Amino acid sequence: MKQSGGTSSIARWGSLGGGEAIQRLLAFGALVLLIIFFSFWSPYFFNFDNLNNILIATSVVGVLALGETFVIVTGGIDLSIGTVMTVSSVMCATAVVRWGLPVPVSVLVGIGTGGLMGMINGVLIGRMKLPPFIATLGTLNVARGLSLVIAGLSPIYFPTDELHGLIMGSTIGVILPAFPIPNIVIIMLGGALLAGLILSKTVLGRYTYALGSNEEAARLSGINVVKWKIAVYALCGLFAGLGGVLLAARVNSAQPTLGFGYELDAISAVVIGGTSLAGGVGTILGTVIGAFIVKTLADGLQLVDVPQEWQIVATGVVVIFAVYLDIVRRRARQS
Amino acid sequence: MPEPLVEMDGISKDFPGVQALADCHFDLYAGEVHALVGENGAGKSTLMKILAGVYRGDTGSIRLKGSPVAITSAGAAQRLGISMVHQELYLAPHLTVAQNIFLGREPRGRLPYVLDERILNDRAAELFEALHLHLDPRKRVSGLAVAQQQMVEIAKALSFKADVLIMDEPTAALTGIEIDELFRIIRQLRDRGVGVVHISHRLQELKQISDRVTVMRDGRYVSTLATADANIDQIISMMVGRTIFESAPELPEHPSTDVALEVRNLNRGRLIRDVSFQLHRGEILGIAGLVGAGRTEVARAVFGADQVDSGDIFVKGTKVRINSPTDAVKHGIGYLSEDRKQYGLALGLNLETNLVLAALRRFVGRLGWVRSGMTRAAADLQVRNLAIKTPSLKQIVRNLSGGTQQKVVVGKWLTAETDVLIFDEPTRGIDVGAKSEIYRLLNDLAHEGKAIIMISSELPEILRMSHRIIVMCEGRITGVLTAQEATQAKIMTFATQRASAA
Repeated sequence: MKQSGGTSSIARWGSLGGGEAIQRLLAFGALVLLIIFFSFWSPYFFNFDNLNNILIATSVVGVLALGETFVIVTGGIDLSIGTVMTVSSVMCATAVVRWGLPVPVSVLVGIGTGGLMGMINGVLIGRMKLPPFIATLGTLNVARGLSLVIAGLSPIYFPTDELHGLIMGSTIGVILPAFPIPNIVIIMLGGALLAGLILSKTVLGRYTYALGSNEEAARLSGINVVKWKIAVYALCGLFAGLGGVLLAARVNSAQPTLGFGYELDAISAVVIGGTSLAGGVGTILGTVIGAFIVKTLADGLQLVDVPQEWQIVATGVVVIFAVYLDIVRRRARQS
Repeated sequence: MPEPLVEMDGISKDFPGVQALADCHFDLYAGEVHALVGENGAGKSTLMKILAGVYRGDTGSIRLKGSPVAITSAGAAQRLGISMVHQELYLAPHLTVAQNIFLGREPRGRLPYVLDERILNDRAAELFEALHLHLDPRKRVSGLAVAQQQMVEIAKALSFKADVLIMDEPTAALTGIEIDELFRIIRQLRDRGVGVVHISHRLQELKQISDRVTVMRDGRYVSTLATADANIDQIISMMVGRTIFESAPELPEHPSTDVALEVRNLNRGRLIRDVSFQLHRGEILGIAGLVGAGRTEVARAVFGADQVDSGDIFVKGTKVRINSPTDAVKHGIGYLSEDRKQYGLALGLNLETNLVLAALRRFVGRLGWVRSGMTRAAADLQVRNLAIKTPSLKQIVRNLSGGTQQKVVVGKWLTAETDVLIFDEPTRGIDVGAKSEIYRLLNDLAHEGKAIIMISSELPEILRMSHRIIVMCEGRITGVLTAQEATQAKIMTFATQRASAA
C-alpha cells in the first residue's frame, strides 16, 4: 500500500538530491567567478603560466584533500596530513640519498610512510577510541618532530633531477607543445579519479558513507567498524604520502619544516566542496573544485599585491567561512 | 517434542546502577511465533539484544540447535542466522533503501571490493516484491516516513534468511493495514520454519499472531504459556505482579483555574503546526501521541531549546518572549528531557552540584565564589523533600539508579523555583518499583500547585496520571480529552488521525 507521506517524501528526497547538485554547481560557479574577478583585477592572472602555477599549487593540496575527504565523510577529521606529508617527503629523500635506493622504490617508501602514519591514526581512533581531533593533533606533532629528527634539522637535497623531472616534466607537452601541463597535475587528477571510484564504487567507499551516516547502524549490520576505520585513515595517509613525494619532487628536496598548515588548506577544500563535517555527505568532484578555489584565491591575492602576512589571515578566514557554510547547509537540510 | 532452536538460560546483565536482567530463561522453537511481553524496563529488549549480539550477558548460556554458542557481536549473530529488528531505527539516512538493506554484505562485482549497484537494487526489488512492499530501492532513507523506514528495517532483517528473527516492537509506528501486512509476512516466515520472537506492548496483538507468550517483569523471567490457553487479564497481572498504581495516591480533586502557562498558535515547520493549549496551576496535562508526533518538539519549543516560526507564550497571563532555555528558567519553566543522561544531568558530577546547577546564580557570593554552605543546605533540602536515596551529597550521579536520577533532575528544577515542569517520558528506563514513586512525586508536585506537562508513550500511565490529555499527530493537536472521558481507544484514534486521511 502507498504511504500517506509518500508523495511529500519523494519531493523531499528530490530536493535533497538536487541540493547536493546545486551545492557542487555553486562551488563551481564560485570558482569561475573567482577566475573572472582576478582576471579583471590583475593583468598577470589569466595567462597560461599563471594558470599552470595554480594547477601545480593545487596538486599537492588537492592530493591531501582527496584522502581527507574519506576521513571527513566518516564524520572524523585528520589534522596530521600536513606534517605526515612532510615526514613522507623526508623518508622519500632519505631512501634516495642515504640508502641509495632507486627513485621508483623511494617513491613507494614515501607513500608507504604516509600509509603507515595513517594506519597509526586509524588504530588510535578505531581501536583505542581516541577522538579523531586529539589523536591526529598528536600525530601531527609526532610527524613534525620526526621530520626534523630524520632530516637532522636541515633539508635533504636530491643528487639528481630524476624525480623532479619525472613529476614536474610534461608528458602532455610532448604531444601538445602549446599546453605543457606538468605530470604532477595529471597525477593529482588521476588520483582524484581513483579516489572518486573508490568512494562511489567500492565496499570501502560504501562503508565510509555508512560510518559517517550512522556508525551504530553499520556496527549492527555486522560491519567490522574498527577495521574499516583503520582502512579509511590509512588511505588518507597514503594520499598524504603521495603528497609528500609530489612536494619533494617539486622542490627537488625534502624540507623538514615545509608542510605544517597544509592540512587547513586541505580541510577547507573538502568542506568548500560540499562535504559535511557531520559525516555521511561528500564527493571527490566537490573536493577537487574546493581545492582549486582555495589555491586560486591564494594565487590571486598574491598577484593583486596582498601582503604575505594578510594572505595567511585570509587562509584562516576561509577555513572559518567554509565550516560556517557547512553549518548553514546542514541546517537547511534539516528543515 | 522437537529440540528447541534457541535456549537461553541463567542470563544476567548489569548496567551501571541498574540490574537489567537476573537469571532469565527463554526458549524458541522452529516454526513458532513467540511473544515476549512485559512493562517498559522489564528487560525484554535487553534479553533479545544479548541473543542478537548487541550486548553480552554477564552470566548464562545460549544454545542454538542444541549446541552452546558464544555470540560476540551483531555480525556473529547474523552468521549464526539470528537477525533482529530494533525498536530504534538503525538505518544510515544518507544511503538508499537498497544500500541499507545490504549494508555489510553488498553484492560484489567482478573485481574484488567493487560493488555491483545493479544487482543490489535488483535484489532489493525482488525482496520487496516477495514481501508485497511498495518501496523504491534507490530512494534515500532520509526521505522516507517513519513507518516506511520501519518497513525497510523489517525487510532488511528478513533478507538475512535468518532461522531466528527477533522483532522489537515492530508495530509501534505502523498503522492497521501495515500491521496486517506485517503479520501476514510473519506467518509466512513461521510456516517456512523460522522461529520468530515478537516483542510487543500491544497485548491485543498476541492472540492474533503468537503461539506462545513469555512474560518478564523487573528483569526476571515470570512464565511461559501457550497463547491459546492464556487470557489477557492473566498476562497483565503477570506483567505487573503487584498493582503498581494502587500505591499511587488519587488525583488531587480539581486543579485550580489559574492559568500557569498558555501557548497560542505555535508553529515550527512540519514539526509543530498551530499548537495551542492552556495549563493550569495544580494540573497534570498529559500529551499523548505516537513517536514523531511532535510532542517533544512542543516541549522543547516552550522551553526555548528550539526556535519556532511563530506563536505566543503566556506565563501567568503575561506574554513572554522565550528564545532560549535561560529565558524559560527565568520565567519559571523547567524541562525534564526524556534522555536524562544526555540532557538532564551532569553524570560525572556529584549529587549536590547537580541539584543546584540550574540555580547556581542564587548561590554566588559577591566575588563570584559559590557559597558552599548554601548549596549544601539547598541540596540537603531536596534530598529530604524528594526522599532521594543516596549515601551522601557527594555521590557521583552516574552511580545512582535510574529512578533516583530522575528525582535528581526534579530536585534541580525545584531548587530553581520553577512553577511549570515539563516531564518528557518521566518513567522511561526506570524499574517498575521506582515508577510508582515518580507517579507519587508528580501528584505531590501538582498538589503543591506546580503546573505539570507529562509527555508519555505509555497509555496506562497517561490515563492514570493526567487531569486532561492532549493527543498529537503529525505536529497537530488532534484531540483534547478529560480524565473522565479518556480511554486507550480514543487516544489511539486521535493519535493516528493523519491530516491527509481526514
